Amino acid sequence: MATLVIAEHDNSSIKLDTAKTLACAQAIGAEVDLLVIGHQCASVVDSAKSLSGVRKVLVADNAVYSQHLADNIAELVVSLAGEYQHILAAASSQGKDFLPRVAALLDVAQVSEVVEVVSDDTFVRPIYAGSALATVKSLDAIKVMTVRVSAFDAVANDGSADVQTVDGVFGSKVEFISQTLTESERPDLGAASVVVSGGRALGSSENFVILEQLADKLGGAVGASRAAVDAGYVANDLQVGQTGKIVAPDLYIAVGISGAIQHLAGMKDAKVIVAINKDPEAPIFQVADYGLEADLFEAVPKLIELL
Amino acid sequence: MKVLVPVKRVVDANVKVRVNADNTNVDTANLKMAINPFCEIAVEEAVRLQEAGIATEVVVVTIGPKAAQEQLRTAMALGADRGIHIETDEVLAPLSIAKLLNAVQAQEQAQLILLGKQSIDGDNNQTGQMLAALSGLPQATFASEVKVEGDCVMVTREIDGGLQGLKLPLPAIITTDLRLNEPRYAKLPNIMKAKRKPLDTVTVESLGVTLKQHQEVVSVAAPAARAAGVMVASVEELVEKLKNEAKVI
Repeated sequence: MATLVIAEHDNSSIKLDTAKTLACAQAIGAEVDLLVIGHQCASVVDSAKSLSGVRKVLVADNAVYSQHLADNIAELVVSLAGEYQHILAAASSQGKDFLPRVAALLDVAQVSEVVEVVSDDTFVRPIYAGSALATVKSLDAIKVMTVRVSAFDAVANDGSADVQTVDGVFGSKVEFISQTLTESERPDLGAASVVVSGGRALGSSENFVILEQLADKLGGAVGASRAAVDAGYVANDLQVGQTGKIVAPDLYIAVGISGAIQHLAGMKDAKVIVAINKDPEAPIFQVADYGLEADLFEAVPKLIELL
Repeated sequence: MKVLVPVKRVVDANVKVRVNADNTNVDTANLKMAINPFCEIAVEEAVRLQEAGIATEVVVVTIGPKAAQEQLRTAMALGADRGIHIETDEVLAPLSIAKLLNAVQAQEQAQLILLGKQSIDGDNNQTGQMLAALSGLPQATFASEVKVEGDCVMVTREIDGGLQGLKLPLPAIITTDLRLNEPRYAKLPNIMKAKRKPLDTVTVESLGVTLKQHQEVVSVAAPAARAAGVMVASVEELVEKLKNEAKVI
């Protein structure tokens, strides 16, 4: 039996999440097929072919899949499920959207946000905002799971898989209306090796500029706490935490963030954590490797100057 | 239009939970319990639809032990009209919960089902999508805006990288993101009134659903603790340590 991984892409380029999900799939041990669902996504298929350890790339290219809607994608995946013992997708907003639908149609449970493969039926996943790690054994014939990509290293690009077109055109009941993406020159939050995050203490969206300067200096991405997002300082998709993005960069700099449980859930696996906060009692200092008790409006410009 | 809102009883979001001594579960005894924050947002949205004259009835449903009735009463104090309690002491997987909710929906025939996007204990983020699959209804997950227009609902979704707008025919299933609304506080007179609102208790068996076990929890462990860090005195020292000690810049 083999494993099916559903690729994450935007019809023009494949996302790094796919290569990380493949690493989880390979830890299971069986042969791995990669499924690309989309529309006019030839360039995605090209990149998919070269991902290491892929047996074949299955392609469903049709206008009905152009917006990656959950209901018809789920039906397509279910139509292919018979040959597979494991079905994996990244725990991205897209994977979280369609994969539980696949699982329910197959009458199997889903294991969400897998961080470690123990054996082909046993997996580790965080619960209670990362306060505990549960090891769960799946009793179902087909294991459906989303993968926490920050816990896996991307596979290499030295493969040369065959490409096979799959039939199956399913319509969606849902009509796509619009999409607004946040424009950014900086690296993707989930993939960045350095993340600079700001909290409520920044005080305004204008003040966030100093974090952007610091991020640019370090070649990193900008993140935020829920408080900063709710206050309208930055866009929602920059939120780091239990309900936002989960990141594990080499360096995470938390500026003016107190460190609530829900925020720590999204960043406490970073290799090095730096906290800059003027409250010495802030919980963020309990997880920080380096803590600096200082006013961020003095410390951050100085930091930029010294780098 | 009838709106159905499933709610879950969970450990309060501000409580730090600990793994029990024999590593079989997290210790939830004597902890403060509350309605799951995402479910609260779903209730608030349903009540706003009612206040806007769009929803005619808001029904809340929960699956859990007897004590979970507290959360139904809370939801009714916020404005829901009646509650359904599916009583069970077993901890059920999202798929089993979705099957039970599907049976409730078969009876209630709600036009809109609003759920939280995830519960903050299991962090599964599955139930709404599974219910949508089982009932054959369209779904819009992670909603930050919901507008009912005639026999359709327009939903703005939070996706990686930005926002997406979808149009769904009713009946439909929507799961709520944090930014959908700011839930109100229940006022004392409403809490008193909620005690007299109808609350039906039903059993899993009476819904005619056969449940099976899909997963076994082998163990629950505390995550590795981070080594204690150091406080630095100045920005210069911080830069020096990041360069020479941590070697990350």
